[in-house]
Amino acid sequence: MGELRLMKGNEAMAEAAIRAGMDAYFGYPITPQSEVLEYLTREAYNRTQCTVLQAESEIASINMVYGAAGAGARVWTSSSSPGISLMQEGLSYIAGAELPCLIANINRGGPGLGTIQPSQGDYFQSVKGGGHGDYRLIVLAPATVQEMADFVQDGWDLADKYRNPVLILADGALGQMMEKVELRDQIERGTRATPSWATTGKTADRDRNFVTSLFIKPEEMEQVNLRLQEKYKLIEANEIRVQEMETEDADFVIVAYGLSARIGHKVMEIMRAEGIKVGLIRPITLWPYPYATVAKAADHVKGFLSLELNAGQMVEDVRLAVNGRCPVGHYGRMGGIIPSPEEVVEVIKDMYSKIQ
Amino acid sequence: MEKSMQEIEHHHDEMNIVCERPSTLLDARMHYCPGCGHGVAHRILMEAVEELGIQEQTIGVAPVGCSVFAYLYMNVDMQEAAHGRATAVATGIKRCFPDKYVYTYQGDGDLAAIGTGETVHTVNRGENILIVFINNAIYGMTGGQMAPTTLIHQKTSTTPYGREASFMGNPLKITELLAQLPGAFYVTRQAVNTPVNVRRAKKALLNGLKYQKLNKGTCLVEIVSNCPTNWGMKPVQANEWLVENMLPYYPLGDMKVPSKEDIENA
Amino acid sequence: MAKVRGDISIDIENCKGCELCVVACPQNAMALAKDINKQGYHYAVLVEDVCTGCTNCSLVCPDAVITVYREDKKTGEKVPVAEVRNVTGDIRITVGAEEEAEG
Ligand SMILES: Cc1ncc(C[n+]2csc(CCOP(=O)(O)OP(=O)(O)O)c2C)c(N)n1
Ligand code: SF4
Ligand code: SF4
Ligand code: SF4
Ligand SMILES: [Mg+2]
Repeated sequence: MGELRLMKGNEAMAEAAIRAGMDAYFGYPITPQSEVLEYLTREAYNRTQCTVLQAESEIASINMVYGAAGAGARVWTSSSSPGISLMQEGLSYIAGAELPCLIANINRGGPGLGTIQPSQGDYFQSVKGGGHGDYRLIVLAPATVQEMADFVQDGWDLADKYRNPVLILADGALGQMMEKVELRDQIERGTRATPSWATTGKTADRDRNFVTSLFIKPEEMEQVNLRLQEKYKLIEANEIRVQEMETEDADFVIVAYGLSARIGHKVMEIMRAEGIKVGLIRPITLWPYPYATVAKAADHVKGFLSLELNAGQMVEDVRLAVNGRCPVGHYGRMGGIIPSPEEVVEVIKDMYSKIQ
Repeated sequence: MEKSMQEIEHHHDEMNIVCERPSTLLDARMHYCPGCGHGVAHRILMEAVEELGIQEQTIGVAPVGCSVFAYLYMNVDMQEAAHGRATAVATGIKRCFPDKYVYTYQGDGDLAAIGTGETVHTVNRGENILIVFINNAIYGMTGGQMAPTTLIHQKTSTTPYGREASFMGNPLKITELLAQLPGAFYVTRQAVNTPVNVRRAKKALLNGLKYQKLNKGTCLVEIVSNCPTNWGMKPVQANEWLVENMLPYYPLGDMKVPSKEDIENA
Repeated sequence: MAKVRGDISIDIENCKGCELCVVACPQNAMALAKDINKQGYHYAVLVEDVCTGCTNCSLVCPDAVITVYREDKKTGEKVPVAEVRNVTGDIRITVGAEEEAEG
């Protein structure tokens, strides 16, 4: 049993990062995730002598991450929506150069400056490629403070395994809420093997290493893209994570991730108590998306509701999976308003009555 | 009286060659236009790395610009940064690996337009890196558009009637600006248009690399360079234009040099 | 007559005919050839046997294709004082007697 603590989601992430042997963090303050940088500047160097630097912008942060990752460091950054938008160019370069690193987006409401309140409005940006070119981020969506902590090390391990950036997509509420969390033991820095491709200085026994996303010859660029697509297929085959709750006998399924999944769970309990067989599918990886799990449920349920804190984004993936076999609805609130379970129960009942 | 190819080859046979090109040397012809200053700057930078014996500890960062492929010519580990972000990338490397020698190689568009923010803050933090800044007063790679350093009345593809200060602002003396920052340790402006200038520029690069060990701040070596192709001149003519037009506005010389104590106490 | 006798060799296939070496040579010993190389450039050649091995030409050469030799005063042998080549791969630079070379 690891050490138990009561922590904010943001702080749990930061603590988990120190324990996962982070070499560096580069970030820029933004609500609702400034606690990450604050926690790390307070704790990290003293404990493991790692690098924590407040950059002049998110553009700088993500490019510092690029440099550090390219040189073989275990590195990460975090921000919230507007800052993540600024990072998109860098993320595309990181994906193109295949650099392993971790990014956390504590999603707030948009568009524009929007609101500092929680939101899931960055789903499209996260899973459909917010930057330019054909690339994918592995996207992990925690629903608890425990998962906020766990996904840090898991994310880095995935990043290393596939040489691919990993995004933790949580929302402002998860970042701010306090829950009990069991922390993993400290991994000593420097025990992670330095990748052979990293720019660590050209020694006599090897050719120079270079990190680049530039492939000017059409044939070469196409080959690089094909290789990336192969890698993405492998990730789709191996790394889908999803939680299913009472879907086996369900007549109706709620699909929801992160905070919405917690509401969805409550809705499920209320409706089951009333005799309506509702199940829940909680995608944990938003990319790769658990299409097969949703598709399988579509074999026997009468309808789906995609419950999101946005105007309807993930619902497109649910519809892709269901492929017209039964109705797929969406319910979402915006501006930081969290729907009450009762509100959602009414929505489902209304939808359910029309289906039957 | 010009020698034929055969004569030249014959001539080579008779030479007393002590130093030969090593077999490990890849035959990569640089893609730069004839007479382009990038080639000289690459060479002297690599000479400096070689002379200091720091190839194994050196990590370079290439920009977006004509020198985007610097990593195909420079035989050190390198990273290719997004346009303007080279110093942020270098910061990431240096902060994690402070024992390495880290340099960026950037054009005027890269360093002084799109990357101004990163440049200023990198120098302001006094990152212990060397910034090699190639000022050719134009965007070479994209076909000769106006750069922040383009001179008044200089014609480019986006200032077809010449740059007007009232409309496009004045040529940015970013090096002077950066020299004001306490984080800057060594700031100098050099050129590579004559043998003497090439020697001086190389010495500056040697210093810029060497000083990193002192952990005293950022070293910046601006190299006033040319772009014969987009200036629409032959190389010899371009270098004359450089002397007549660039150097009066961008005078060569040191802007900030370490004090004796700085170097001795380190 | 120059005191020191030197010589140069030019990797003519990689020369881009920019002529910067020609104008940098204090001895007016160089010129562009009438022939062109495989890249289509009039490459640089040594046309007068008056080279002092001052290294000026190789210093300004953007393509690093000039090797400079200078006669060793004692042995009379020509030794390379500046060999600068295309910098890909392991570079080899030998520069000597700098003070004499300033031109
Ligand atoms: C974000 C972005 N914007 C624009 C470009 C296009 N671009 C490539 S190089 C360049 C300017 C390069 O000029 P400079 O930095 O002066 O280098 P030079 O080619 O003159 O050496 C521009 C605008 C780009 N690659 N990325
Ligand atoms: S376009 Fe200009 S800067 Fe670019 S390689 Fe040609 S001469 Fe050099
Ligand atoms: S070494 Fe000096 S003298 Fe000889 S060709 Fe070159 S520039 Fe001329
Ligand atoms: S300077 Fe170099 S590339 Fe230019 S003409 Fe002379 S030898 Fe050729
Ligand atoms: Mg330029």
